[in-house]
Amino acid sequence: MSAYCGQFHDELIANAAYIGTPGKGILAADESTGTIGKRLASINVENVEENRRDLRELLFCTPGALQYLSGVILFEETLYQKTVDGKLFVEVLKEGGVLPGIKVDKGTVELAGTNGETTTQGHDDLGKRCKKYYEAGARFAKWRAVLKISPNEPSQLSIDANANGLARYAIICQENGLVPIVEPEILVDGPHDIAKCAEVTERVLAACYKALNDHHVLLEGSLLKPNMVTPGSESKKVAPEVVAEYTVRALQRTVPAAVPAIVFLSGGQSEEEATLNLNAMNKLQGKKPWSLSFSFGRALQQSTLKAWAGKVENVEKARTAFLTRCKANSEATLGTYKGDAAGGVGVSESLHVKDYKY
Amino acid sequence: MSAFVGKYADELIRTAKYIATPGKGILAADESTGTIGKRLSSINVENTEPNRQALRELLFTTFDALPSISGVILFEETLYQKTSAGKPFVDVLADNKVIPGIKVDKGIVELAGTNGETTTQGFDSLGARCQQYYKAGARFAKWRAVLKIGPTEPSELAIQQNAQGLARYAIICQENGLVPIVEPEILTDGNHDIKKCAAVTETVLAAVYKALNDHHVLLEGTLLKPNMVTPGSDSPKVAPAVVAEYTVGALRRTVPPAVPGIVFLSGGQSEEDATLNLNAMNKLGVLKPWTLSFSFGRALQQSTIKKWSGKKENVPSAQAAFLARCKANSEATLGKYAGCAADAAASESLYVKDYKY
Repeated sequence: MSAYCGQFHDELIANAAYIGTPGKGILAADESTGTIGKRLASINVENVEENRRDLRELLFCTPGALQYLSGVILFEETLYQKTVDGKLFVEVLKEGGVLPGIKVDKGTVELAGTNGETTTQGHDDLGKRCKKYYEAGARFAKWRAVLKISPNEPSQLSIDANANGLARYAIICQENGLVPIVEPEILVDGPHDIAKCAEVTERVLAACYKALNDHHVLLEGSLLKPNMVTPGSESKKVAPEVVAEYTVRALQRTVPAAVPAIVFLSGGQSEEEATLNLNAMNKLQGKKPWSLSFSFGRALQQSTLKAWAGKVENVEKARTAFLTRCKANSEATLGTYKGDAAGGVGVSESLHVKDYKY
Repeated sequence: MSAFVGKYADELIRTAKYIATPGKGILAADESTGTIGKRLSSINVENTEPNRQALRELLFTTFDALPSISGVILFEETLYQKTSAGKPFVDVLADNKVIPGIKVDKGIVELAGTNGETTTQGFDSLGARCQQYYKAGARFAKWRAVLKIGPTEPSELAIQQNAQGLARYAIICQENGLVPIVEPEILTDGNHDIKKCAAVTETVLAAVYKALNDHHVLLEGTLLKPNMVTPGSDSPKVAPAVVAEYTVGALRRTVPPAVPGIVFLSGGQSEEDATLNLNAMNKLGVLKPWTLSFSFGRALQQSTIKKWSGKKENVPSAQAAFLARCKANSEATLGKYAGCAADAAASESLYVKDYKY
């Protein structure tokens, strides 16, 4: 058998294609309890279930926002939460034409003998968990692998271990009806230039797609969530057109046409930067057999969080900020963004945190 | 460094793109002395240098056919041959915008401990040889790796060795200005079905592109020459639309968009089958980020050679046959081939079991 052709074959292909619909993208709202705690702390809000629920209701029930989203990635707790009126979040999303997704990895652990490189855990009983999530309404999953750039990194071990981990996760998802988002994030940390980032990205993606092939993953029923190709965080920035050129070329050299969509992570980019870069990629002339879209967490929520500050009287203002970013990124997937969402509070604020731990 | 960016990078990219021009394809005229001997003996012609020269002159001076041809793969001897009027073949080709290419491998040898699987040799002094060929006018090269399908084949060893070999050959070519055609041929021999061929083709191509990445090969300056995905030779045939669906599906799963063109080998297919299959691929409504064309040897020359039979007085009708196949395949690259009232020669299967080049 070349690729997975079990009972979910057609559904996986349909869902993956839907997520890649031009004009739409993914809201990554899958911050673990610890991570969302950091976000809430930054606006002086206590990290309790009620507040976490309030934040997600603020986002998912923003009038007019869901049309710009094809999927939302959720943390397990959120998959089972409801609105104040008692409606399951997954129902709200489904009614809005948005596929619920679920983060299934269990974080990173260090690889012994390396210089702080990691692999990702979460394979144990993953099949059983995916089945449960499917029953609860999830239709796609996400698993984040992390690599870094420095003189001796990423090491061959780190590349191989993470590629293999992603492939194993991917096939287990497909066996259980979830479209796997394959996320090999290469951190932006470092003084390296954009050419170095391109080189590493190409090497990592080539390893990923070899591993996916080895594990018989159905590419047509999968998505890729890579970093954009940029200079390191300690290097001079470059124009969006340059990011676009290097990023698209790296993808042309490694990502087979069978993959329906590529949904970028925003890393530490500001909201506006991430949107401008995505827009430039979609304006670029050249071979792009996959759609190029977003799977943003911080880059969709930052100004929204700031505007909310945990206060119910700020919800409308916060929702306005959220809708603005959703619309801007939707336009960016079509290459029609005119930069008119740049005026929000905090949209140009860098979201880079050195050696970011989710 | 991600991909090779030496002094030839821009030229390699331009050359590969030109060879992949829609409406054009490659004539594989690189039969080794031994192999061309078989062709000549099939028409009772002696395998001498003048006869080999006469056949190639016949082909390369079919001037009306040359607009359908972007490149010709030559055997080393032919690279240095001339027309009977004394004009070097490479000049005739260049005058007609046809790029000369050169076969650089030195055949296959068995891998010990396998069930007759092989690897390809030819690395010794390959860089120096490529430099010489570049000076003589060649601008692309070809290296044929061979795999087969059996109960336990292709083995992991065969896949890895051939993928590594192709990648090493490819980067050496690029260092010396030649666009490498990467040819991982999976033989049709066997009674397997088309799904099996697809699965093996995908596994092999994935390994090949991983190896090319490992070796820093500049994909934009390469071409791929794969088998079409078909049932085995001992299995019932399927319609061209089915061949197209499985073939394009396999390529979409494995060949990065950076590769400008895919030029199929014809294997043992008849001239007409090869053209119909190529045509069906180009009519397929699915997204294809590389052009799909031909690099045919037997499937372009079979009826031509029969018509010629080594006789000077037959040259015009032999050239007419060659022109017909070139035009047909040119149309097939555009999905515009309407099929011909195929004559016996064009429909004759060219399959030879366990074919040795």
